[in-house]
Amino acid sequence: MAKIYFTSDHEWLRVEGGIATVGITDYAQEQLGDLVFVELPETGKKLSKGDTAVVVESVKAASDVYAPVDGEITEANATLSSDPSLVNSAATGAGWLWKMKLADESQLAGLMDEAAYKAHIG
Amino acid sequence: MTGDDSKHLPLEDIHVAAGARFGAFAGWSMPLTYPAGVMKEHLHTREQAGLFDISHMKLFEVSGPEAVSLLNRACPLDAGALKISQSKLSFFLNEAGGILDDLIVTRLGDIRFMVVANAGNAVADEKHLRALAADFDVRVEALDRVFLAIQGPEAWAALSRAGIETGSLLFMHGVEPRRNWFMSRSGYTGEDGFEIGLPEADARDLVAKLLGDERVLWIGLAARDSLRLEAGLCLHGQDITPEIDPASAALMWAIPKEVRASGTFIGADALRAAVERGPAQKRVGLKPEGRQPVRAGAALFDADGKPAGHVTSGGFGPSAGHPVAMGYVMAPLAKPGTRVFADVRGTKIPVDISSLPFTPHRYRKG
Repeated sequence: MAKIYFTSDHEWLRVEGGIATVGITDYAQEQLGDLVFVELPETGKKLSKGDTAVVVESVKAASDVYAPVDGEITEANATLSSDPSLVNSAATGAGWLWKMKLADESQLAGLMDEAAYKAHIG
Repeated sequence: MTGDDSKHLPLEDIHVAAGARFGAFAGWSMPLTYPAGVMKEHLHTREQAGLFDISHMKLFEVSGPEAVSLLNRACPLDAGALKISQSKLSFFLNEAGGILDDLIVTRLGDIRFMVVANAGNAVADEKHLRALAADFDVRVEALDRVFLAIQGPEAWAALSRAGIETGSLLFMHGVEPRRNWFMSRSGYTGEDGFEIGLPEADARDLVAKLLGDERVLWIGLAARDSLRLEAGLCLHGQDITPEIDPASAALMWAIPKEVRASGTFIGADALRAAVERGPAQKRVGLKPEGRQPVRAGAALFDADGKPAGHVTSGGFGPSAGHPVAMGYVMAPLAKPGTRVFADVRGTKIPVDISSLPFTPHRYRKG
């Protein structure tokens, strides 16, 4: 059964079998506005918590999306190369950004559940 | 959200009610986007009509027997050659020929002119103009107005339905259709459109009428920026600055030949010398290859990896359908089609020098 976590940087993680699918929340995409480009990571790239994993670019500005935990990229959402607006229209679904193999599942304990995240954004 | 010291638009309550997201710009709390979002707002302006609150910009009325002499001193301009109602892009230059601000000067009468200045420079402009005015028989008045722009192919029709006839007013002309109103056929989007300075009570009435027209939408500063960039228009503080002269900025077209040759405006000698030397760098349009935007501050390199210039404005052009940018490159590279490379987070993105504008101007010139 997949479990969903959230970060204070407005990312979500869906964890299943040691693999986390990561995206930005609906709140985050709304703040960013219409996305026109997503700079995706290469498969196999090792990231530490806090490293820039993806850069999302709106009409106006570029914003970093950070790795919420340590791990290795197993897949990037290639669909976003041709349709970055998926992040706006389906932030928590088809607009996912990347998948990563978790290096240390105990790091998940530091993240929020949905109720805590909703309280966080008020 | 912006700090307490930022200035607030007189119509802020209307923008709040319209669901605007605010941000700081040039000391003002400004609507950046409305619920439609920057992409839709941009495209709507090109397809129908966009309404912009540009009350952060400042209108100055210059009047008196020596108004022409003052303006000819302050700007590289032949103010006396302007016909009544004619507008002209001009500048305040410093002694080194650098651009302190870009302005629109409109002749309202024999000895009366309207000067429209950028928000970020308004205070300095007023000080500069008043200091110069001390030597002339002239009066400089900073007007307290709401300033609206309505831009797009349906702008004239929407104004007409709102009871404002634009008649035979052509691009870069301005008139005073009512008491304390100033209306010019101009704008900063590349589209046909109007800028209207008017008292707050009149503005509230006009805005209500315009928004009752389904062709008209509020447009925020984010789309204003992408529209002007596609149209190849400079933003002062980014694309033109006090360190850049009009020759480098490829804006010499705004300075009449006789004024270039014999004008006595501030910065004349320096500008003549700069033209004589030829600019080391020139402002150009930049079209990045692919989909990734190249933004202000990015360094440019030539094919051999040598520094070639830098980007001053960049983003995505919703109407162009690709990233658009402008910036400065070494003069020998400043030809459309020349390829340079922009450094974006360590990756070299191919960028072609492009002619401006990226989207054709659709001004109503007659």
